[in-house]
Amino acid sequence: MLIKLLLLVAIAAVFVLGLRAPSGARHLALRRVTVVLAALVATLSVVFPDAWNAIAEFVGVGRGTDLLLYGLIVAFLLYMVTTYRRFRDMEQQITLLARRIAVDEAVPRPAVPPVPAEEDVTRDDQR
Amino acid sequence: MAHQALHDDTCVVVPLYNEATVVGDVVRDLLASFPVVVAVDDGSTDGSAAVARAAGAVVVEHPINLGQGAALQTGIETALRLGAEYVVTFDSDGQHQRADAEAMVARLRAGEADVVFGSRFLDTRTRPGLVKRAVLRAAIVYSNATTGVHLTDTHNGLRALNRRAASALRIRQNRMAHASEIIEQVGRARLRWVEHPVHILYTDYSRSKGQSVFNAVNILTEMIYR
Repeated sequence: MLIKLLLLVAIAAVFVLGLRAPSGARHLALRRVTVVLAALVATLSVVFPDAWNAIAEFVGVGRGTDLLLYGLIVAFLLYMVTTYRRFRDMEQQITLLARRIAVDEAVPRPAVPPVPAEEDVTRDDQR
Repeated sequence: MAHQALHDDTCVVVPLYNEATVVGDVVRDLLASFPVVVAVDDGSTDGSAAVARAAGAVVVEHPINLGQGAALQTGIETALRLGAEYVVTFDSDGQHQRADAEAMVARLRAGEADVVFGSRFLDTRTRPGLVKRAVLRAAIVYSNATTGVHLTDTHNGLRALNRRAASALRIRQNRMAHASEIIEQVGRARLRWVEHPVHILYTDYSRSKGQSVFNAVNILTEMIYR
């Protein structure tokens, strides 16, 4: 049955996506495209409610409702994994922040001679 | 105290989390041999930081609890900022021996290696319980397979690093998976390492706080989804 293949591939994809670090701009763009697509599919589903039944029959699932449920589960798994990743990244940032505070408080940095401000200005101008 | 002069370029890092009852003795004992003990208080709620400070440690306080791996990295960075040539990591619960730490620093000083890992399985002094032994064995097999560095004891808190090795470490595993991460980074950075037999003193106190089998599951998850 086609649906078994589709679901197994989707589950594997979710697992692998979780291993990779979400990379800034591309990840954000993907998330936004997904939201737009989801809205589009939702709109179409409302207008053509029977479409799901047809698709379900094609991939070998009893009803459109069941297919929707399977899709929802996969989407939820993906959400779970990417959220976990985002939390890990945030935790990492908090760690660096807390460490900086802790170390600076315990062992103040030796006074660094101030860098002439003019240099930075010229560098900006050259861009 | 005269002993301290031998190690005036050495800094002992003690990650500290809710160990107020024992950390004072641990710090005082260490100070008999080492001039600087950096206790990294990981957001303890039992006044551990004050106890360590009273005992004479340089206390670095995490504003929130981050985990032992994070505390170690903080301690190592502090030691480097203090100008240490040698850094020792030492557990705060009193299960490690100061003499072992001194011997390990001596091996670094002799130029034998960049990193000296303490191992409780190189001799028969340490006697862990059956379950603990099984969990540790599994961790060793897993770590050796994934890090490419073959150790006899992969989860020992007692380590000694020279400045080069300490600067190379970037511990990102905040919780328990840091032990394997350190080994992995030592392997990647092509640092020279040796193992040194150490005695782990399992007291009722350390046993009551020891790592459980649940921790092994958490470590595995953290290593896969890093």
